[in-house]
Amino acid sequence: MAVDSQTVEKLAELARIAISAETIDEVSNRLGDVLQLVDQLQAVHTEGVAPMAHPLDEVQVLRADQVTEADRREEFLQLAPQSEAGLYLVPKVID
Amino acid sequence: MEWEIVIGLEVHVQLSTKSKLFSGASTRFGAPPNTQACAIDLAMPGTLPVPNEEAFRYATMFGLAMNAEIGRRSVFERKNYFYPDLPKGYQTTQLAEPIVGSGEIEIHLEDGSSKKVRLHHAHLEEDAGKSLHEAVFESGHGMSGIDLNRAGTPLIEIVSEPDMRSAAEAVAYLKKIHSIVTYLGISDGDMSQGSLRCDANVSVRLKGEQKLGTRTELKNINSFRFVERAIKVEAERQIDILEDGGSIVQETRLYDSDKNETRSMRSKEVANDYRYFPCPDLLPVILDDDYVEQLRSALPELPDAKAARFQSDYKLSAYDADLLTQERASADFFETVAKQSGEPKLAANWIGGELAALLNREELSIGESPVSAEQLAGLIARVVDNTISSKIAKQVFEAMAMGEGDADQVIEKRGLKQVSDTGSIEKMVDEVIAASGAQVENYRNADESKRPKMMGYFVGQIMKASKGQANPQMINKILKEKLDALL
Repeated sequence: MAVDSQTVEKLAELARIAISAETIDEVSNRLGDVLQLVDQLQAVHTEGVAPMAHPLDEVQVLRADQVTEADRREEFLQLAPQSEAGLYLVPKVID
Repeated sequence: MEWEIVIGLEVHVQLSTKSKLFSGASTRFGAPPNTQACAIDLAMPGTLPVPNEEAFRYATMFGLAMNAEIGRRSVFERKNYFYPDLPKGYQTTQLAEPIVGSGEIEIHLEDGSSKKVRLHHAHLEEDAGKSLHEAVFESGHGMSGIDLNRAGTPLIEIVSEPDMRSAAEAVAYLKKIHSIVTYLGISDGDMSQGSLRCDANVSVRLKGEQKLGTRTELKNINSFRFVERAIKVEAERQIDILEDGGSIVQETRLYDSDKNETRSMRSKEVANDYRYFPCPDLLPVILDDDYVEQLRSALPELPDAKAARFQSDYKLSAYDADLLTQERASADFFETVAKQSGEPKLAANWIGGELAALLNREELSIGESPVSAEQLAGLIARVVDNTISSKIAKQVFEAMAMGEGDADQVIEKRGLKQVSDTGSIEKMVDEVIAASGAQVENYRNADESKRPKMMGYFVGQIMKASKGQANPQMINKILKEKLDALL
Protein backbone atom coordinates (compact mmCIF):
# COMPACT_ATOMS: atom_id res chain seq x y z
CA MET A 1 0.00 0.00 0.00
CA ALA A 2 1.62 3.24 -1.17
CA VAL A 3 1.46 6.47 0.83
CA ASP A 4 -0.07 9.23 -1.31
CA SER A 5 2.27 11.90 -2.59
CA GLN A 6 0.61 14.71 -0.59
CA THR A 7 1.38 12.89 2.65
CA VAL A 8 4.97 12.39 1.57
CA GLU A 9 5.31 16.11 0.83
CA LYS A 10 3.84 17.06 4.19
CA LEU A 11 6.13 14.67 6.08
CA ALA A 12 9.12 15.99 4.14
CA GLU A 13 8.23 19.53 5.14
CA LEU A 14 7.79 18.62 8.82
CA ALA A 15 11.14 16.81 8.82
CA ARG A 16 12.84 19.56 6.77
CA ILE A 17 13.98 17.02 4.17
CA ALA A 18 14.14 17.99 0.50
CA ILE A 19 12.55 15.36 -1.72
CA SER A 20 12.65 15.96 -5.45
CA ALA A 21 9.55 15.43 -7.57
CA GLU A 22 11.17 12.42 -9.35
CA THR A 23 11.78 10.53 -6.12
CA ILE A 24 8.34 11.06 -4.56
CA ASP A 25 6.93 7.85 -6.09
CA GLU A 26 9.82 5.78 -4.85
CA VAL A 27 9.65 7.28 -1.36
CA SER A 28 5.91 6.72 -1.15
CA ASN A 29 6.35 3.05 -2.12
CA ARG A 30 9.08 2.52 0.44
CA LEU A 31 7.10 4.22 3.18
CA GLY A 32 4.18 2.05 2.12
CA ASP A 33 6.30 -1.05 2.76
CA VAL A 34 7.09 0.20 6.25
CA LEU A 35 3.41 0.80 6.90
CA GLN A 36 2.64 -2.75 5.82
CA LEU A 37 4.91 -3.92 8.56
CA VAL A 38 3.03 -1.64 10.96
CA ASP A 39 -0.25 -3.15 9.77
CA GLN A 40 1.02 -6.57 10.74
CA LEU A 41 1.84 -5.23 14.20
CA GLN A 42 -1.59 -3.56 14.44
CA ALA A 43 -3.20 -6.93 13.87
CA VAL A 44 -1.74 -8.26 17.11
CA HIS A 45 -4.24 -8.39 19.95
CA THR A 46 -2.94 -5.83 22.54
CA GLU A 47 -6.00 -5.25 24.70
CA GLY A 48 -4.89 -4.77 28.30
CA VAL A 49 -1.22 -4.41 27.40
CA ALA A 50 0.29 -1.15 28.69
CA PRO A 51 2.14 0.92 26.05
CA MET A 52 5.89 0.40 26.32
CA ALA A 53 7.94 3.53 27.00
CA HIS A 54 11.28 1.81 26.66
CA PRO A 55 12.50 -1.62 25.58
CA LEU A 56 14.58 -2.00 28.75
CA ASP A 57 12.69 -2.87 31.88
CA GLU A 58 14.74 -0.41 33.91
CA VAL A 59 14.05 2.73 35.88
CA GLN A 60 15.68 6.10 35.22
CA VAL A 61 18.45 7.18 37.58
CA LEU A 62 18.37 10.86 38.53
CA ARG A 63 21.34 13.13 39.15
CA ALA A 64 21.87 15.59 42.02
CA ASP A 65 21.18 19.25 41.27
CA GLN A 66 24.75 20.49 40.89
CA VAL A 67 26.48 22.65 38.34
CA THR A 68 29.15 20.38 36.84
CA GLU A 69 29.66 21.93 33.41
CA ALA A 70 32.29 24.61 32.80
CA ASP A 71 31.96 27.36 30.22
CA ARG A 72 33.26 26.05 26.88
CA ARG A 73 31.64 28.71 24.73
CA GLU A 74 34.65 29.55 22.58
CA GLU A 75 35.22 25.90 21.65
CA PHE A 76 31.57 25.39 20.74
CA LEU A 77 31.30 28.64 18.77
CA GLN A 78 34.24 27.43 16.63
CA LEU A 79 32.02 24.60 15.40
CA ALA A 80 29.29 26.90 14.12
CA PRO A 81 29.34 28.23 10.53
CA GLN A 82 28.91 31.78 11.82
CA SER A 83 28.95 33.48 15.21
CA GLU A 84 29.24 37.00 16.56
CA ALA A 85 29.24 38.61 19.99
CA GLY A 86 29.01 35.18 21.63
CA LEU A 87 25.86 34.33 19.66
CA TYR A 88 25.28 31.64 17.05
CA LEU A 89 24.17 33.30 13.81
CA VAL A 90 21.28 31.86 11.80
CA PRO A 91 19.20 33.17 8.91
CA LYS A 92 16.70 35.73 10.19
CA VAL A 93 13.81 34.19 12.14
CA ILE A 94 10.67 36.26 12.51
CA ASP A 95 7.26 35.50 13.93
CA MET B 1 -27.03 39.06 22.69
CA GLU B 2 -25.15 38.18 25.83
CA TRP B 3 -21.77 36.52 25.34
CA GLU B 4 -19.79 34.38 27.69
CA ILE B 5 -15.98 34.25 27.57
CA VAL B 6 -14.33 30.87 28.14
CA ILE B 7 -10.67 30.81 29.11
CA GLY B 8 -8.12 28.11 29.80
CA LEU B 9 -4.54 28.97 30.72
CA GLU B 10 -1.23 27.26 30.06
CA VAL B 11 1.30 28.59 32.53
CA HIS B 12 5.02 27.90 32.20
CA VAL B 13 6.97 28.15 35.43
CA GLN B 14 10.77 28.05 35.46
CA LEU B 15 11.96 25.93 38.37
CA SER B 16 14.71 27.50 40.43
CA THR B 17 17.10 24.58 40.28
CA LYS B 18 20.83 25.35 40.15
CA SER B 19 21.42 23.21 37.07
CA LYS B 20 19.41 22.31 34.00
CA LEU B 21 16.79 19.59 33.61
CA PHE B 22 19.09 17.21 31.72
CA SER B 23 22.58 18.64 32.12
CA GLY B 24 24.93 20.06 34.75
CA ALA B 25 25.02 23.53 33.12
CA SER B 26 24.07 26.48 35.30
CA THR B 27 20.61 28.08 35.04
CA ARG B 28 21.67 31.45 36.49
CA PHE B 29 19.83 34.35 34.83
CA GLY B 30 21.69 37.15 33.08
CA ALA B 31 24.99 35.38 32.22
CA PRO B 32 26.80 36.39 28.99
CA PRO B 33 25.25 34.54 26.01
CA ASN B 34 26.06 30.86 25.52
CA THR B 35 28.36 30.63 28.55
CA GLN B 36 25.88 28.27 30.22
CA ALA B 37 25.10 26.04 27.25
CA CYS B 38 26.99 22.76 27.47
CA ALA B 39 27.39 19.91 24.98
CA ILE B 40 24.10 18.29 26.11
CA ASP B 41 22.16 21.57 25.76
CA LEU B 42 23.68 22.06 22.31
CA ALA B 43 22.67 18.52 21.23
CA MET B 44 26.22 17.49 20.40
CA PRO B 45 26.37 13.96 18.99
CA GLY B 46 27.03 11.29 21.59
CA THR B 47 25.60 13.18 24.56
CA LEU B 48 22.97 11.68 26.81
CA PRO B 49 20.53 13.50 29.10
CA VAL B 50 20.34 12.66 32.82
CA PRO B 51 17.33 14.14 34.66
CA ASN B 52 17.75 16.46 37.65
CA GLU B 53 16.24 15.02 40.86
CA GLU B 54 15.47 18.50 42.24
CA ALA B 55 13.20 19.23 39.26
CA PHE B 56 11.16 16.12 40.17
CA ARG B 57 11.02 17.16 43.80
CA TYR B 58 9.76 20.65 42.86
CA ALA B 59 7.20 19.34 40.38
CA THR B 60 5.91 16.85 42.98
CA MET B 61 5.61 19.61 45.60
CA PHE B 62 3.63 21.67 43.11
CA GLY B 63 1.29 18.78 42.37
CA LEU B 64 0.69 18.19 46.09
CA ALA B 65 -0.06 21.90 46.60
CA MET B 66 -2.63 21.73 43.78
CA ASN B 67 -4.34 18.74 45.42
CA ALA B 68 -3.44 16.79 42.31
CA GLU B 69 -2.57 13.18 41.67
CA ILE B 70 1.17 12.57 41.40
CA GLY B 71 2.32 10.43 38.49
CA ARG B 72 4.24 7.61 40.22
CA ARG B 73 5.58 6.76 36.79
CA SER B 74 6.35 9.56 34.39
CA VAL B 75 7.69 9.30 30.89
CA PHE B 76 9.52 11.84 28.74
CA GLU B 77 8.56 12.21 25.11
CA ARG B 78 9.99 14.09 22.18
CA LYS B 79 7.94 16.92 20.71
CA ASN B 80 9.37 17.43 17.25
CA TYR B 81 9.61 20.81 15.56
CA PHE B 82 12.30 22.93 14.00
CA TYR B 83 13.31 26.28 15.35
CA PRO B 84 16.82 27.71 15.72
CA ASP B 85 16.54 28.08 19.51
CA LEU B 86 15.89 24.31 19.84
CA PRO B 87 19.18 22.61 18.91
CA LYS B 88 17.94 19.01 19.13
CA GLY B 89 15.03 19.55 16.75
CA TYR B 90 12.70 18.32 19.50
CA GLN B 91 11.72 19.44 22.98
CA THR B 92 11.94 16.81 25.69
CA THR B 93 8.60 17.00 27.47
CA GLN B 94 5.86 14.78 28.86
CA LEU B 95 2.51 13.93 27.31
CA ALA B 96 0.77 10.65 28.05
CA GLU B 97 2.27 10.13 31.52
CA PRO B 98 2.96 13.52 33.13
CA ILE B 99 4.27 13.98 36.66
CA VAL B 100 1.15 15.85 37.86
CA GLY B 101 -2.36 14.67 37.02
CA SER B 102 -5.70 16.39 37.47
CA GLY B 103 -6.29 18.63 40.48
CA GLU B 104 -8.18 21.69 41.63
CA ILE B 105 -7.53 25.09 43.23
CA GLU B 106 -9.67 27.84 44.62
CA ILE B 107 -9.24 31.36 43.28
CA HIS B 108 -10.34 34.52 45.08
CA LEU B 109 -11.91 37.39 43.18
CA GLU B 110 -11.88 41.07 44.07
CA ASP B 111 -15.60 41.09 44.95
CA GLY B 112 -14.83 38.59 47.72
CA SER B 113 -16.25 35.55 45.95
CA SER B 114 -14.33 32.34 45.34
CA LYS B 115 -14.36 29.81 42.57
CA LYS B 116 -12.80 26.43 41.88
CA VAL B 117 -10.62 26.00 38.80
CA ARG B 118 -9.72 22.50 37.70
CA LEU B 119 -6.20 21.55 36.69
CA HIS B 120 -6.00 19.29 33.64
CA HIS B 121 -2.41 18.26 34.35
CA ALA B 122 1.11 19.67 34.75
CA HIS B 123 4.23 18.28 33.16
CA LEU B 124 7.99 18.70 33.28
CA GLU B 125 9.79 19.92 30.21
CA GLU B 126 12.86 21.82 29.07
CA ASP B 127 12.87 25.46 28.04
CA ALA B 128 14.18 26.60 24.66
CA GLY B 129 16.93 29.17 24.01
CA LYS B 130 16.37 32.73 22.90
CA SER B 131 16.47 34.26 19.44
CA LEU B 132 17.61 37.85 19.25
CA HIS B 133 16.14 39.61 16.25
CA GLU B 134 16.95 43.16 17.20
CA ALA B 135 19.93 44.99 15.86
CA VAL B 136 22.38 43.50 18.36
CA PHE B 137 25.15 43.39 15.81
CA GLU B 138 27.37 46.15 14.57
CA SER B 139 27.50 44.85 11.01
CA GLY B 140 24.19 44.94 9.17
CA HIS B 141 24.10 41.31 8.05
CA GLY B 142 20.43 40.99 9.01
CA MET B 143 20.86 37.58 10.66
CA SER B 144 19.41 36.41 13.97
CA GLY B 145 21.55 35.61 16.99
CA ILE B 146 20.90 32.54 19.16
CA ASP B 147 21.63 32.42 22.89
CA LEU B 148 21.22 28.91 24.31
CA ASN B 149 21.80 29.71 28.00
CA ARG B 150 18.10 29.14 28.69
CA ALA B 151 17.95 25.92 26.63
CA GLY B 152 17.30 23.02 28.99
CA THR B 153 16.15 25.07 31.99
CA PRO B 154 13.47 23.03 33.79
CA LEU B 155 9.87 24.16 33.40
CA ILE B 156 6.56 22.90 34.62
CA GLU B 157 3.75 23.60 32.21
CA ILE B 158 0.49 23.90 34.10
CA VAL B 159 -2.61 23.32 32.00
CA SER B 160 -5.98 24.36 33.38
CA GLU B 161 -9.41 23.22 32.25
CA PRO B 162 -11.40 25.92 30.40
CA ASP B 163 -13.02 26.95 33.68
CA MET B 164 -12.50 30.71 33.72
CA ARG B 165 -15.23 33.05 32.55
CA SER B 166 -13.64 36.49 32.61
CA ALA B 167 -10.27 38.19 32.27
CA ALA B 168 -10.43 38.97 36.01
CA GLU B 169 -10.81 35.24 36.82
CA ALA B 170 -7.82 34.44 34.61
CA VAL B 171 -5.73 37.03 36.47
CA ALA B 172 -6.86 35.65 39.84
CA TYR B 173 -5.90 32.14 38.73
CA LEU B 174 -2.49 33.29 37.52
CA LYS B 175 -1.89 35.15 40.78
CA LYS B 176 -2.80 32.02 42.68
CA ILE B 177 -0.31 29.93 40.70
CA HIS B 178 2.30 32.64 41.29
CA SER B 179 1.52 32.65 44.97
CA ILE B 180 1.75 28.84 45.28
CA VAL B 181 5.06 28.46 43.41
CA THR B 182 6.70 31.27 45.38
CA TYR B 183 5.37 29.92 48.71
CA LEU B 184 6.81 26.54 47.82
CA GLY B 185 10.07 28.24 46.86
CA ILE B 186 10.22 26.24 43.62
CA SER B 187 10.40 29.34 41.39
CA ASP B 188 11.18 33.02 41.84
CA GLY B 189 8.01 33.74 39.82
CA ASP B 190 9.59 36.82 38.27
CA MET B 191 7.46 37.55 35.20
CA SER B 192 9.79 40.30 33.96
CA GLN B 193 12.60 37.73 33.65
CA GLY B 194 10.30 35.14 32.09
CA SER B 195 10.26 32.84 35.12
CA LEU B 196 6.47 32.69 34.81
CA ARG B 197 4.87 32.91 31.38
CA CYS B 198 1.32 32.47 30.26
CA ASP B 199 -0.54 31.41 27.11
CA ALA B 200 -4.32 31.82 27.09
CA ASN B 201 -6.88 29.79 25.15
CA VAL B 202 -9.83 32.11 24.58
CA SER B 203 -13.23 31.46 23.02
CA VAL B 204 -16.68 33.01 23.30
CA ARG B 205 -20.18 31.55 23.18
CA LEU B 206 -23.72 32.77 23.74
CA LYS B 207 -24.71 32.62 27.37
CA GLY B 208 -26.47 29.33 28.09
CA GLU B 209 -24.80 27.53 25.19
CA GLN B 210 -23.12 24.28 26.27
CA LYS B 211 -20.82 23.75 23.31
CA LEU B 212 -17.47 25.55 23.39
CA GLY B 213 -16.76 28.07 20.64
CA THR B 214 -13.70 27.92 18.39
CA ARG B 215 -10.69 29.05 20.40
CA THR B 216 -7.58 31.02 19.64
CA GLU B 217 -4.35 30.70 21.58
CA LEU B 218 -2.72 33.90 22.80
CA LYS B 219 1.03 33.47 23.14
CA ASN B 220 3.53 34.81 25.63
CA ILE B 221 1.65 37.22 27.80
CA ASN B 222 4.24 38.39 30.27
CA SER B 223 2.53 40.41 32.99
CA PHE B 224 -0.64 40.20 35.08
CA ARG B 225 -1.90 43.41 33.49
CA PHE B 226 -1.33 42.16 29.95
CA VAL B 227 -3.17 38.90 30.69
CA GLU B 228 -6.25 40.91 31.53
CA ARG B 229 -5.94 43.26 28.58
CA ALA B 230 -5.03 40.58 26.03
CA ILE B 231 -8.02 38.40 26.96
CA LYS B 232 -10.43 41.35 26.90
CA VAL B 233 -9.29 42.61 23.53
CA GLU B 234 -9.28 39.11 22.00
CA ALA B 235 -12.79 38.35 23.31
CA GLU B 236 -14.02 41.64 21.85
CA ARG B 237 -12.46 40.78 18.51
CA GLN B 238 -14.18 37.38 18.45
CA ILE B 239 -17.55 38.83 19.48
CA ASP B 240 -17.33 41.48 16.73
CA ILE B 241 -16.63 38.80 14.11
CA LEU B 242 -19.48 36.57 15.31
CA GLU B 243 -21.97 39.41 15.54
CA ASP B 244 -21.11 40.34 11.96
CA GLY B 245 -21.98 36.78 10.94
CA GLY B 246 -18.38 35.62 10.56
CA SER B 247 -16.59 32.66 12.12
CA ILE B 248 -13.46 32.30 14.24
CA VAL B 249 -10.36 30.66 12.84
CA GLN B 250 -8.51 28.38 15.24
CA GLU B 251 -5.00 29.82 15.31
CA THR B 252 -2.17 31.15 17.43
CA ARG B 253 -2.19 34.88 18.00
CA LEU B 254 0.35 37.22 19.49
CA TYR B 255 -0.66 40.01 21.86
CA ASP B 256 0.92 43.37 21.01
CA SER B 257 0.88 45.41 24.21
CA ASP B 258 1.87 48.66 22.45
CA LYS B 259 -1.11 48.56 20.11
CA ASN B 260 -3.34 46.63 22.55
CA GLU B 261 -4.39 44.16 19.87
CA THR B 262 -3.85 40.54 18.96
CA ARG B 263 -2.59 39.43 15.58
CA SER B 264 -2.19 36.14 13.78
CA MET B 265 1.23 34.47 13.93
CA ARG B 266 1.67 33.41 10.33
CA SER B 267 4.69 31.20 11.02
CA LYS B 268 2.52 28.92 13.12
CA GLU B 269 -0.15 28.59 10.44
CA VAL B 270 0.95 25.13 9.36
CA ALA B 271 -1.19 22.88 11.51
CA ASN B 272 0.83 21.68 14.50
CA ASP B 273 2.02 18.15 14.03
CA TYR B 274 4.59 17.42 16.67
CA ARG B 275 4.85 13.66 16.09
CA TYR B 276 5.39 12.90 19.77
CA PHE B 277 7.04 9.63 20.73
CA PRO B 278 8.65 8.36 23.96
CA CYS B 279 12.24 9.57 24.26
CA PRO B 280 14.52 6.52 23.79
CA ASP B 281 17.32 8.28 25.71
CA LEU B 282 15.32 8.38 28.95
CA LEU B 283 13.75 5.63 31.02
CA PRO B 284 10.50 6.01 32.96
CA VAL B 285 10.97 7.85 36.25
CA ILE B 286 9.35 6.10 39.21
CA LEU B 287 8.43 7.91 42.43
CA ASP B 288 7.42 5.72 45.33
CA ASP B 289 4.80 6.40 47.99
CA ASP B 290 7.38 7.10 50.70
CA TYR B 291 8.95 9.80 48.57
CA VAL B 292 5.62 11.48 47.84
CA GLU B 293 4.37 11.25 51.43
CA GLN B 294 7.61 12.66 52.77
CA LEU B 295 7.25 15.67 50.50
CA ARG B 296 3.58 16.05 51.43
CA SER B 297 4.40 16.22 55.12
CA ALA B 298 7.17 18.76 54.50
CA LEU B 299 5.01 21.19 52.49
CA PRO B 300 5.05 24.72 53.92
CA GLU B 301 1.84 26.44 54.96
CA LEU B 302 0.15 27.53 51.72
CA PRO B 303 -1.69 30.81 51.01
CA ASP B 304 -5.26 29.55 51.69
CA ALA B 305 -4.31 27.85 54.96
CA LYS B 306 -2.38 30.93 56.04
CA ALA B 307 -5.29 33.24 55.19
CA ALA B 308 -7.65 31.06 57.24
CA ARG B 309 -5.21 31.07 60.16
CA PHE B 310 -4.79 34.86 59.96
CA GLN B 311 -8.56 35.20 60.19
CA SER B 312 -8.86 32.99 63.23
CA ASP B 313 -5.61 33.86 65.07
CA TYR B 314 -5.48 37.56 64.37
CA LYS B 315 -9.18 38.28 63.77
CA LEU B 316 -8.45 39.79 60.37
CA SER B 317 -11.20 40.28 57.79
CA ALA B 318 -11.24 37.83 54.88
CA TYR B 319 -10.18 40.70 52.63
CA ASP B 320 -7.16 41.69 54.73
CA ALA B 321 -6.15 38.06 55.22
CA ASP B 322 -6.29 37.39 51.48
CA LEU B 323 -4.34 40.49 50.61
CA LEU B 324 -1.63 39.81 53.17
CA THR B 325 -1.15 36.17 52.20
CA GLN B 326 -0.89 36.57 48.42
CA GLU B 327 2.86 36.92 48.79
CA ARG B 328 4.81 34.89 51.29
CA ALA B 329 7.06 37.89 52.00
CA SER B 330 4.13 40.13 52.98
CA ALA B 331 2.58 37.37 55.11
CA ASP B 332 5.88 36.95 56.97
CA PHE B 333 6.24 40.72 57.35
CA PHE B 334 2.73 41.00 58.76
CA GLU B 335 3.21 38.15 61.17
CA THR B 336 6.39 39.67 62.57
CA VAL B 337 4.73 43.07 63.06
CA ALA B 338 1.59 41.51 64.57
CA LYS B 339 3.52 39.36 67.03
CA GLN B 340 5.99 42.03 68.11
CA SER B 341 3.43 44.81 68.48
CA GLY B 342 0.60 42.60 69.76
CA GLU B 343 -1.74 44.65 67.52
CA PRO B 344 -2.65 42.58 64.43
CA LYS B 345 -5.40 44.89 63.22
CA LEU B 346 -3.15 47.96 63.39
CA ALA B 347 -0.37 45.96 61.75
CA ALA B 348 -2.68 45.04 58.85
CA ASN B 349 -3.81 48.68 58.50
CA TRP B 350 -0.28 50.03 58.44
CA ILE B 351 0.94 47.42 55.94
CA GLY B 352 -2.09 47.92 53.66
CA GLY B 353 -1.95 51.70 54.07
CA GLU B 354 1.23 53.68 54.67
CA LEU B 355 3.66 50.87 53.86
CA ALA B 356 1.88 49.84 50.64
CA ALA B 357 1.81 53.50 49.54
CA LEU B 358 5.51 53.89 50.28
CA LEU B 359 6.47 50.71 48.41
CA ASN B 360 4.30 51.69 45.46
CA ARG B 361 5.82 55.13 45.31
CA GLU B 362 9.37 53.81 45.49
CA GLU B 363 8.59 50.79 43.27
CA LEU B 364 9.95 48.36 45.83
CA SER B 365 8.87 44.89 46.84
CA ILE B 366 8.06 44.23 50.47
CA GLY B 367 11.36 42.35 50.76
CA GLU B 368 13.14 45.61 49.92
CA SER B 369 11.09 47.75 52.31
CA PRO B 370 13.15 50.58 53.85
CA VAL B 371 11.09 50.18 57.04
CA SER B 372 11.63 46.74 58.57
CA ALA B 373 8.90 44.70 60.26
CA GLU B 374 10.64 45.23 63.61
CA GLN B 375 10.69 49.00 63.08
CA LEU B 376 7.02 49.09 62.16
CA ALA B 377 6.15 47.03 65.24
CA GLY B 378 8.12 49.52 67.35
CA LEU B 379 6.17 52.41 65.87
CA ILE B 380 2.81 50.74 66.50
CA ALA B 381 3.82 50.08 70.11
CA ARG B 382 4.39 53.84 70.60
CA VAL B 383 0.93 54.65 69.24
CA VAL B 384 -0.66 52.07 71.50
CA ASP B 385 1.11 53.31 74.63
CA ASN B 386 0.14 56.89 73.76
CA THR B 387 3.70 58.14 73.34
CA ILE B 388 2.58 59.58 69.99
CA SER B 389 -0.77 60.12 68.26
CA SER B 390 -1.58 58.22 65.09
CA LYS B 391 -1.19 61.46 63.17
CA ILE B 392 2.35 62.01 64.43
CA ALA B 393 3.00 58.32 63.78
CA LYS B 394 2.71 58.96 60.04
CA GLN B 395 5.39 61.60 60.34
CA VAL B 396 7.62 59.18 62.25
CA PHE B 397 6.97 56.52 59.62
CA GLU B 398 8.14 58.83 56.83
CA ALA B 399 11.26 59.64 58.84
CA MET B 400 11.97 55.91 59.34
CA ALA B 401 11.54 55.42 55.58
CA MET B 402 14.19 58.11 55.04
CA GLY B 403 16.55 56.11 57.21
CA GLU B 404 16.42 58.24 60.36
CA GLY B 405 16.45 55.17 62.58
CA ASP B 406 13.72 53.37 64.47
CA ALA B 407 10.63 54.92 66.01
CA ASP B 408 12.11 55.76 69.42
CA GLN B 409 15.12 57.44 67.84
CA VAL B 410 12.96 59.56 65.52
CA ILE B 411 10.57 60.55 68.31
CA GLU B 412 13.49 61.52 70.52
CA LYS B 413 15.49 63.33 67.87
CA ARG B 414 12.54 65.29 66.49
CA GLY B 415 10.94 65.90 69.88
CA LEU B 416 7.64 64.36 68.84
CA LYS B 417 6.68 62.80 72.15
CA GLN B 418 3.00 63.27 72.83
CA VAL B 419 2.23 65.76 75.60
CA SER B 420 0.16 63.87 78.12
CA ASP B 421 0.80 65.68 81.33
CA THR B 422 -2.33 67.36 82.66
CA GLY B 423 -0.60 70.60 83.67
CA SER B 424 0.72 71.61 80.27
CA ILE B 425 -2.46 70.58 78.46
CA GLU B 426 -4.54 72.61 80.92
CA LYS B 427 -2.28 75.56 80.26
CA MET B 428 -2.78 75.32 76.50
CA VAL B 429 -6.53 74.92 76.91
CA ASP B 430 -6.68 78.02 79.14
CA GLU B 431 -4.69 80.06 76.64
CA VAL B 432 -6.88 79.11 73.70
CA ILE B 433 -10.09 79.78 75.66
CA ALA B 434 -8.77 83.19 76.71
CA ALA B 435 -7.87 84.09 73.12
CA SER B 436 -11.21 82.96 71.67
CA GLY B 437 -13.79 85.21 73.29
CA ALA B 438 -16.27 85.19 70.44
CA GLN B 439 -16.17 81.41 69.99
CA VAL B 440 -16.62 80.88 73.72
CA GLU B 441 -19.65 83.18 73.65
CA ASN B 442 -21.15 81.24 70.74
CA TYR B 443 -20.54 77.98 72.57
CA ARG B 444 -22.33 79.22 75.66
CA ASN B 445 -25.33 80.40 73.70
CA ALA B 446 -25.59 77.34 71.49
CA ASP B 447 -28.08 74.56 71.92
CA GLU B 448 -26.60 71.66 73.91
CA SER B 449 -26.89 69.26 70.97
CA LYS B 450 -24.73 71.57 68.82
CA ARG B 451 -21.95 72.00 71.37
CA PRO B 452 -19.94 68.80 70.74
CA LYS B 453 -19.49 69.86 67.11
CA MET B 454 -18.41 73.37 68.13
CA MET B 455 -15.58 71.93 70.26
CA GLY B 456 -13.75 71.09 67.05
CA TYR B 457 -12.57 74.66 66.68
CA PHE B 458 -10.92 74.69 70.13
CA VAL B 459 -9.36 71.26 69.64
CA GLY B 460 -7.87 72.43 66.35
CA GLN B 461 -6.35 75.52 67.97
CA ILE B 462 -4.88 73.53 70.85
CA MET B 463 -3.44 70.91 68.49
CA LYS B 464 -1.87 73.69 66.46
CA ALA B 465 -0.40 75.25 69.59
CA SER B 466 1.08 71.87 70.59
CA LYS B 467 2.36 71.17 67.03
CA GLY B 468 0.10 68.13 66.97
CA GLN B 469 1.74 66.59 69.98
CA ALA B 470 -0.94 66.97 72.63
CA ASN B 471 -2.82 63.81 73.54
CA PRO B 472 -6.19 64.25 71.78
CA GLN B 473 -8.23 62.24 74.33
CA MET B 474 -6.88 64.44 77.13
CA ILE B 475 -7.55 67.66 75.21
CA ASN B 476 -11.15 66.61 74.68
CA LYS B 477 -11.65 65.75 78.32
CA ILE B 478 -10.02 68.87 79.81
CA LEU B 479 -11.52 71.21 77.22
CA LYS B 480 -15.03 69.94 77.87
CA GLU B 481 -14.64 70.37 81.61
CA LYS B 482 -13.31 73.91 81.22
CA LEU B 483 -15.91 75.02 78.69
CA ASP B 484 -18.78 73.50 80.65
CA ALA B 485 -17.51 75.31 83.75
CA LEU B 486 -18.16 78.59 81.93
CA LEU B 487 -21.81 77.82 81.22
